[in-house]
Amino acid sequence: MSLGANSKTRAAIFDRNLNKTKNSQVSLSAWSFMFSEMIQYTQKRVNGIGDLERRLNTIGYRVGMRVAELLAWRNEGSSKAPKREIRLRDTLLFVHTQVWKAVFGKPADAVEKSVEKDDEYMIIDNDPIITKYISIPKEMSQLNCSAITAGIVEAVLDGLGFPARVTAHSVPTDAFPQRTTILIKLDRSVIEREDALK
Amino acid sequence: MAVLGLWVINKAGGLVYQRNFSDGLAPLTQNEFLVLAGTLHGIHAITSRLSPAGNSSGAQVIEGESFKMSIFLTATGTKFVLLTTLADNTADLLLPKIYEAYADTVMKNPFHTPEMPIRSEGFDTRMTALLGPPTK
Repeated sequence: MSLGANSKTRAAIFDRNLNKTKNSQVSLSAWSFMFSEMIQYTQKRVNGIGDLERRLNTIGYRVGMRVAELLAWRNEGSSKAPKREIRLRDTLLFVHTQVWKAVFGKPADAVEKSVEKDDEYMIIDNDPIITKYISIPKEMSQLNCSAITAGIVEAVLDGLGFPARVTAHSVPTDAFPQRTTILIKLDRSVIEREDALK
Repeated sequence: MAVLGLWVINKAGGLVYQRNFSDGLAPLTQNEFLVLAGTLHGIHAITSRLSPAGNSSGAQVIEGESFKMSIFLTATGTKFVLLTTLADNTADLLLPKIYEAYADTVMKNPFHTPEMPIRSEGFDTRMTALLGPPTK
């Protein structure tokens, strides 16, 4: 009996075409319940908000590794001359549009460069759907469950050769009370390489 | 024609959420609300056994002289009680929407412990949007 097969007639999950679920969607309610359980599970095993965000980041990292590979295969896998992003701006735009579309179904709302620091960039989502039903209690107001999104972005950037530290922060406005910023702090080596390439 | 108050009672009979919307109700202390909710829970249980025709879900509407109480019993034993003026007929439309908001903002919230008092900003926002701003 091959691994992953339920019976002789059903194909093993590993033999399925990778493009089969390209446009399929997951129920938001199903995701919300599973994410809620992931947070509760993690909360029991950590001490402190920073640790909780780090664990969520790790979970997101594991998702991001697979997203990066899958996107690369789906976008360039069949082309004669596959290419990948090597410049910072193109990479950030790739994350802002392609990764967001693949994971959340729509591109992110904005990508910005920080004015004070030259190694910080921000991707802004006005209403992140993965945390739509979560209400953070007042005593944990520094926690942002979009840490999982930060982990996904960190893994994609790592995979493309742009190591960074990525965190999530909430920046509510009147129009968008759930507005979240994914703050990307790039490694020094990336900035130096970009300057050398200019 | 107004919604006067909303109570959410858990399956053990404890009050988990209470909010007043207009000035039609006499002001009560927290403790009095807890006692009333427990009493209602008991009465609801009794009425579910009183039916001569067999299967009964328990009282659904209780009418007084100046108010009407509509009770929505969910499959899990949670009760949503909407207090309205006598002329108000919107309770049947509002209660399923309140249940939906509860399922979304309370059940999917990882920081909510089931059967405990509801302290969720998401639920408060949805109730304000659906029923109006609360009064103290």
